[in-house]
Amino acid sequence: MQLISLLLENKPGALMRVAGVLTARGYNIESLTVARTSDPALSRMSIVVDNDPAQHVQLIKQMNKLINVLQASDLTEAPAVRREMVLVRVRTAMQNRAVILHEGAAFGARVVDSSMEGFALEATGDPEKLDEFIDVMRAYGEVEITRSGLVAVPLEPRKPKLAAPVETGRNRPLPMVVCDREPRPQGAVDARL
Amino acid sequence: MQPNGANIVLECLEREKVECIFGYPGGVTLPLYDALYDSPIRHILVRHEQNACFAAEGYARATGKPGVCCATSGPGATNLVTGLVDAMMDSIPVVAITGQVSTKLIGTDAFQEADTFGITRSCTKHNFFVKTLADLPQAVHEAFHIATTGRPGPVLIDIPKDVLQARGEYSQVSAIHLPGYKLFAEGHAGQIRRAAQMIWEAEKPYVYAGGGIVAADASGELRALVELVDAPAVCTLMGLGALPASHPNFVSMPGMHGSYAANMGMSQADLLIALGVRFDDRVTGKLAAFAPHAKVIHVDIDPSEIGKNRAADLPVVGDVKRVLKKLVAALRESPEAVKNRNEASRTSWKAQIRRWKSEHPLEPEISTDEIKPQHLVSEIDRISDGEAIVASDVGQHQMWAAQLVRFHHPRLWINSGGLGSMGFGLPAAIGAQIARPDQLVFALCGDGGFQMSIPELATIANQSLPVKIIVMNNGHLGMVRQWQELFYNNRLSSVQLDTFPDPEKLAGAYGFTGRTVEHPCELRGALEHCVNHPGPYLLNVKVTPFENVYPMVPAGAAIHEMVLGPAVEVA
Repeated sequence: MQLISLLLENKPGALMRVAGVLTARGYNIESLTVARTSDPALSRMSIVVDNDPAQHVQLIKQMNKLINVLQASDLTEAPAVRREMVLVRVRTAMQNRAVILHEGAAFGARVVDSSMEGFALEATGDPEKLDEFIDVMRAYGEVEITRSGLVAVPLEPRKPKLAAPVETGRNRPLPMVVCDREPRPQGAVDARL
Repeated sequence: MQPNGANIVLECLEREKVECIFGYPGGVTLPLYDALYDSPIRHILVRHEQNACFAAEGYARATGKPGVCCATSGPGATNLVTGLVDAMMDSIPVVAITGQVSTKLIGTDAFQEADTFGITRSCTKHNFFVKTLADLPQAVHEAFHIATTGRPGPVLIDIPKDVLQARGEYSQVSAIHLPGYKLFAEGHAGQIRRAAQMIWEAEKPYVYAGGGIVAADASGELRALVELVDAPAVCTLMGLGALPASHPNFVSMPGMHGSYAANMGMSQADLLIALGVRFDDRVTGKLAAFAPHAKVIHVDIDPSEIGKNRAADLPVVGDVKRVLKKLVAALRESPEAVKNRNEASRTSWKAQIRRWKSEHPLEPEISTDEIKPQHLVSEIDRISDGEAIVASDVGQHQMWAAQLVRFHHPRLWINSGGLGSMGFGLPAAIGAQIARPDQLVFALCGDGGFQMSIPELATIANQSLPVKIIVMNNGHLGMVRQWQELFYNNRLSSVQLDTFPDPEKLAGAYGFTGRTVEHPCELRGALEHCVNHPGPYLLNVKVTPFENVYPMVPAGAAIHEMVLGPAVEVA
């Protein structure tokens, strides 16, 4: 599994381009979350993808090649805070209600809705902890879950390197080609060999 | 009156110094074609959108300038796709402009609507969908900037009809700001110094130069390096002409159909100086056994190419022209003692390469009874004398031409390398001839690929382009037949092309000359007549049908495990 954090332009098609880099290589996306940053022109995307560790560097390079991506970072091994949120709806008999609240508190879960059928609980944490929480809830009745996918923030600041503006049109020298018209070397060796 | 979107597109194209567009009109591009009526930009009407893109590629490959093509929405846009992928694979600067249905119709399955933006996402370096007139000039200039800088590639701009029709203020775009589009041009000074050191330390240095040299216009720098270090050099299929074929250090093309010497050199070298190459599977063969003794210096403008297939001992990310300039300077400045340290072993390395060359030369087989395909390409080589443009289609003829036609300059050899698109040769020749009206341009096709592009004979006739179309006619899809023979027990399945139009009548139907030659003694005269004839010419050359391209590295084998020729039958 690789955890990638992208800073990208908030533009139509940007998600498609990122997803395309992954699907073109046959990788399955385990989770992907994206939302605007404090700068509304930019988005932050966290991706967990199932790929061979030997391909981790190549994938970051491919992401960086996308013109909408300002910065791609591999957080798989980097110091970073990783969190996920889960919403669990658990249907349970009346006699379990108190104990569910008690168990939920052990995971720091919060009740966001309560009804005669049961509760909706919200919990955040690292994904393994949330797996345990879901398993515990499942023991008390039928559950329905929605997970947010992993979001991560690196602990070391990473300032993106950005390209500077360039001039357009006639001012920009296009790569005009001047053919090398030097005479061929005298007594040329037959290079057909 | 204020300009409309179509006027603005053409104004931006003029500012980008576009001289011609290859295209095919349709419903939603009507506003653009109406504006073209008054524009100084020349429009070349092709007969299929795929060929518009191939012709734009031919133009770009012959000049280094971006090729521009244009198609309508829906089927027009989808027909561009093969050409876009082709340009993507070979890093060719192409800007494609497609019309789209009006913004209020988008998403309604309107007539000739297709999700061009979505379809071409993976076929382009970048693409744009322009929703408003205000975004239009920016998008056009950004498209040219992206297509022509860094690692070049195709960029598509999809413009709805109502945006082309809308009238508004036009203000020139003075700057492009793409903060995520990072260009690595210069090359790290420390890495370049270390590269110089590695080069002088090597006993068997080997230059492996590719299409990046052509794209960066770095032939002069490549030559300076090769001569200073006096190292043998190979040029890949995409790099042929980067070093003049007559250069004493030039070995030939490496890879699946590369020469014995080129592949043995790769396998024995202790240092590969890889310049603008991507270690393609057709070059490396079995990757694990590729250049097993060599350290690798890899110079490329695209960081994702470094270490993609083969780990680089010394990567240099940068424009190969600028990097080579600095590298040559660093090599020159090295102390004499360092330069001369390995002179003896280098001399014997060069002698070894020469021995390999003379043991297994690439030589055309020539028969007095029938025309061998290699005979045909060697006659093309003779008549072009390293100065003609040869736009090749894909298949056996392409490989024989790559082996036997000598190019003395870059941008003369035009072929579909990465994608291997049949039907490429003829439209690419059209683009090249438009770009270089005074140059001799051959379209070298097989009988398969030629039949994919027959409609473009109309474009050739229409534009009076003196393209010399040479069909190497073996009555088969030769390369597929070769593989069926060698790896599928010679069970020839759907590779016989039994019907071929009478070339005289075919060319005649379009108003130019065509002829067939069958006998070797006619070949030279026929080719000379074809070249000296003013205007287009279709020369159909009937060659021996069952010739195979050798040397050949079987799929999955290491490149030194070449099959050098047909197995000798024991009586």
